[in-house]
Amino acid sequence: MTKLVYFAWVRERIGKAEETVELPETVKTVAGLLLWLKGRGENYAAALEHPNVIRVAIDQEHVDHAARIAGASEIALFPPMTGG
Amino acid sequence: MAPAVVSTVRIQAEDFDTAAEIVRLTAGRTDAGAVVTFTGLCRDESGTLSGLELEHYPGMAEAEIRRICIEAAARWPVTGLSVIHRHGLIRPGENIVLVVAVSAHRHAAFDAAGFVMDFLKSRAPFWKKEHRIDGDAGSWVDAKESDDTALARWDRANTP
Repeated sequence: MTKLVYFAWVRERIGKAEETVELPETVKTVAGLLLWLKGRGENYAAALEHPNVIRVAIDQEHVDHAARIAGASEIALFPPMTGG
Repeated sequence: MAPAVVSTVRIQAEDFDTAAEIVRLTAGRTDAGAVVTFTGLCRDESGTLSGLELEHYPGMAEAEIRRICIEAAARWPVTGLSVIHRHGLIRPGENIVLVVAVSAHRHAAFDAAGFVMDFLKSRAPFWKKEHRIDGDAGSWVDAKESDDTALARWDRANTP
């Protein structure tokens, strides 16, 4: 099981802040995860309409979309950051 | 051996006291010759905003800022570095973020503070949502391309 956490407009569009999912074995990378999530419903499709803008962190460290997700316990999806 | 770098990273809802944070880094030391502080405030965008809601990723926000501070301390001879970032609803005129850099000489303190702020803006997991005075639903602030280009000036190839 993998914990997924969402922030800002990704969280609002999906409609939840976090969930725990059983990822299919075919989902091996961040890009694959985004594609799989996008097919889970209209809310996911709306949040992930432009997957290239989505930033991802695995276990609280930034990763790119080619990163492998094996062994991840927490994967976060969020828009580009606007702090400071 | 160089004295230890005092580094503080705090993510909090409460306001901060810049003078107190300077004292925290300089008290009891005689090696500091320069203190640079940067304070980021909430703007009202020409009177249209009643505030900004700051969302963050607890745990990662602190960890990411700490990673940026460690990199800054490796590049410049700072003796102290503090970053405080607020979350929650912040009103125009209120503080959002504080960076304090202390060094023997000013250039290191200026550069370390600028480096930490530039990286914090693009890499620390915080997001701003506008609250509008007219009551309309506010939107999430878009990331600026200029924030990414700001990082380029810290490429080692571009710095002396």
